[in-house]
Amino acid sequence: MRALARAISLVERRDPSTRELFETLGEPRPETEILGLTGAPGTGKSTLADALVAWHRAHGESVAVIACDPNSPFTGGAIFGDRIRMQRHALDPDVFIRSMGARGHLGGLALASREAVRLLSAYGFDRVILETVGVGQSELEVAGVADTTLLVLAPGLGDGVQMIKAGIMEIADVFVVNKADQPGYERTVLEIRSMLNMGPKLPWKPPIVATVASRGEGIDELMEAVARHRAFLVSSGRMEARRLERLKDEAADLVGEWSRKAARRLLEDDDDLAGRLEADKAPYGAAESILKEEGARLVPGQQ
Amino acid sequence: MALRIVMAKLGLDGHDRGVKIVARALRDAGFEVIYTGLRQTPEMVVDAALQEDAQVIGLSIHSGAHMTLIPRVMDVLKEKQAEDLMVFAGGIVPDEDIEKLKKLGVAEVFTPGTPLQEIVDYLRAKFPGETAAV
Amino acid sequence: MKAGAKNGRKAGWRKAYEAAQKRDDGIETSTISGIPVEPLYTEEDLAGISEELPGEYPYKRGIHASGYRGRLWTMRQFSGFATAAETNRRYHYLLRNGQTGLSVAFDMPTLMGQDSDAPTSRGEVGHCGVAIDSLADMETLFEGIPLGQISTSMTINSPAAILLAMYLAVAEKQGVPFADVSGTLQNDILKEYIAQKEYIFPPEPSMRLVVDSIEYCAREVPRWNSVSISGYHIREAGSTAVQELAFTLADGFAYVDACIERGLDVDSFTPRLSFFFDAHIDFFEEIAKFRAARRIWARHLRERYGARDPRSLMLRFHAQTAGVSLTAQQPEVNVARTALEALAAVLGGTNSLHTNAMDEVLALPTDRSARIALRTQQVIAFETGVANTVDPLGGSYFVESLTRTMEEQAEAYFKRIDELGGVIPAIERGFFQKEIADSAFQYQKELEQKRRIVVGVNDFQVDDEEDLEILRIDRSQEEGQVKRIADVRRTRDERRWRDSLTKLEKAARGRDNLMPYILDSVRAYATEGEIMDTLKSVFGVYVEEAVI
Repeated sequence: MRALARAISLVERRDPSTRELFETLGEPRPETEILGLTGAPGTGKSTLADALVAWHRAHGESVAVIACDPNSPFTGGAIFGDRIRMQRHALDPDVFIRSMGARGHLGGLALASREAVRLLSAYGFDRVILETVGVGQSELEVAGVADTTLLVLAPGLGDGVQMIKAGIMEIADVFVVNKADQPGYERTVLEIRSMLNMGPKLPWKPPIVATVASRGEGIDELMEAVARHRAFLVSSGRMEARRLERLKDEAADLVGEWSRKAARRLLEDDDDLAGRLEADKAPYGAAESILKEEGARLVPGQQ
Repeated sequence: MALRIVMAKLGLDGHDRGVKIVARALRDAGFEVIYTGLRQTPEMVVDAALQEDAQVIGLSIHSGAHMTLIPRVMDVLKEKQAEDLMVFAGGIVPDEDIEKLKKLGVAEVFTPGTPLQEIVDYLRAKFPGETAAV
Repeated sequence: MKAGAKNGRKAGWRKAYEAAQKRDDGIETSTISGIPVEPLYTEEDLAGISEELPGEYPYKRGIHASGYRGRLWTMRQFSGFATAAETNRRYHYLLRNGQTGLSVAFDMPTLMGQDSDAPTSRGEVGHCGVAIDSLADMETLFEGIPLGQISTSMTINSPAAILLAMYLAVAEKQGVPFADVSGTLQNDILKEYIAQKEYIFPPEPSMRLVVDSIEYCAREVPRWNSVSISGYHIREAGSTAVQELAFTLADGFAYVDACIERGLDVDSFTPRLSFFFDAHIDFFEEIAKFRAARRIWARHLRERYGARDPRSLMLRFHAQTAGVSLTAQQPEVNVARTALEALAAVLGGTNSLHTNAMDEVLALPTDRSARIALRTQQVIAFETGVANTVDPLGGSYFVESLTRTMEEQAEAYFKRIDELGGVIPAIERGFFQKEIADSAFQYQKELEQKRRIVVGVNDFQVDDEEDLEILRIDRSQEEGQVKRIADVRRTRDERRWRDSLTKLEKAARGRDNLMPYILDSVRAYATEGEIMDTLKSVFGVYVEEAVI
């Protein structure tokens, strides 16, 4: 277990030494089901994650949770509190919980979480839950990692409209209206329905499931919806297509990550490049020349 | 890479003012703090630290059971071959108990009234280079 | 004097003040809670404040017309340690020495509703108070103490109904009718979610238990104070004075709402609700807080709830000096702090008072430090002369103005809580917890920047601290208590025990008042942990929203 935890740290740190490991491991085992869980603070997302863990354990499946939270943009520090809600699973050897900082670097979270999923799959976990705060770019990226993405909303928060504006509604494969015993539930469902009706007709119409996660209510129905979505992915050939899409995303993200790191170093060290920036008063020329001239040397371990 | 610190309230009491203030100060110093909440057992704390791959465990205790629970944390770390993790504690601990705890491998015990900066400086000195997360 | 002339004088003072040299030590001039304070208050600041009198609605100046001339405050010192037998000996000693009321401190496992032999009780049995597992322990605790003649205060919350039932069962065995039993149960579960965190069940079933005990006491134990609505723990967790005031009264209103919803008449139970506040170090702010509390409670009870019985409108409170203001550094200085805090409580019209011992920040008090704490109250009562005048600060430009400010700020909080849907939804969203954590962090930062000074901590330190003699608790009694509980389990009537718990579980699933069922389980020597586990199986357990 400690080796797994350490490997995830290497992945988070974007340590180049993990490349060999992933070339050996390959993709996540197909039987590992990857669930994305996103929603604004206050929707009871962590409580839902806890209920999902309980559900999987009751069905004899091992489960890992990766809880992503933002770091402070000023200090880089963070406080992760997601474990609090999942305390009852502490000491269960078939449950693994890991907090991950979004760290603020573009694409980094998606890459790190993808690789963490591979590690967890290779370690033997049947299910992986990726939990993110639904307020920004990172959830869109993480959604691309999951097979099925659950978007959690709660009555009375007025978060639906905000999410529509942010384009986050579109990542949902299943809508979960949690705290469904509270006033305003019907209104939240109506909001989602009307939003779905406004959009184009899609082959998969995201269902809306009501839960009261704190009491474990609605979890059976929710998992049934997840299973239906998975069946749809398989029968429509999307599962296979998504697999390749994911690899493409990852390759593109890697190009970005590698070249960004190397370019930053070059821009610090190379006086010609600095001079060029001064002269151009614009970044294009310098960027172009880095890609053209440095090419292969942008790859880690190649300089 | 940010220093990762698991902070936990050990024992039955719920006085979390201190642990929360320290957690915030460590966050503001650029560390990643994993707060595991109230009423943690030694086994739970060590398990969390291992899963989170934390380098440091910070324990807060006010109930007077520190001489039962903190030594147990040190034992569990030994059982799991994870003695490399650094443990510090905070709370109302009499001087003679602090000596005993240090003999068991607890790195430092911060008593009430300790300036937050002192805790931050202590960790920075122990882990040079591992502070800024971004 | 004409207004113009007065304005002229104030302007003259203002000029002199501006011209005068002022300290530049960077120390905050606001109250410790951050309320801005003017250098001078005058008659202008009394605008809109009409004269009020003690013993009259809205009771800002006190609930008794005679103030402390009628009756001094009750000096009630809280104690309890180790085993029931040892604490019983201490109680007999206190009663022989003229004390008329007892105050029980329970140990952590008892407070958390678990038995002494539970694995997580290890190291905590009998540590911060007395360990009570079953009726057998309660019988020992009060052996030879006539429960019809003394009043007992019990500081317990989540399992409050069980401890009350145990107390009543002891009274029953002594042949004392419930109508003659008197005392106070803390039983304030809302502040547990907000601050002290000794919750077990989710808020709704917890509220049901509180209302069950209020209803039961109103009917069967009329001299029992069923809830002591507590701001003390909210303040100790780091809140400001206004937050303490507002959150505590909001909790009070939430209990009133819940009882009215149950169908109780407001005047049938509110006279038995009492309050418990912190007496902190910012002198005038505390006095203003106590005065504002009485005024707000009376106003809301009359205007919002239509209470008619004057006793429903009167906010009675116990105060305890601020544990959090005590320092481990130069602990003798704590005697001075405690004296000033106690004086503020008395000037604010407290009905009962606990003064902390100087060594409480280090351990349970020794006999000597506990005596000094009590003597401090006696000095205030009998030497200083402050008890001779009712509300002696009434009419003070500053105190009246500050009282009004606190009342207004509390009302603003009530509005925010209402907007969040009430106290319980606000708890579930972490509203109070966040407000308190923010205040605590803010204060800590002010300390670090030396914008606030704590003598001996961030200024005026000494290098060589002399060690204070502290009380050590013998840890070997943990084994004794574990053996005791095994004896109870072995010797009780198995069938009666099982029946009582089965009935309790069934009742918990329904809507009956649970007090009679709990009482039956207690009589059958079911342990506290067993009763709590039975209720947990129906109610579930609460996990808090992560608020840091």
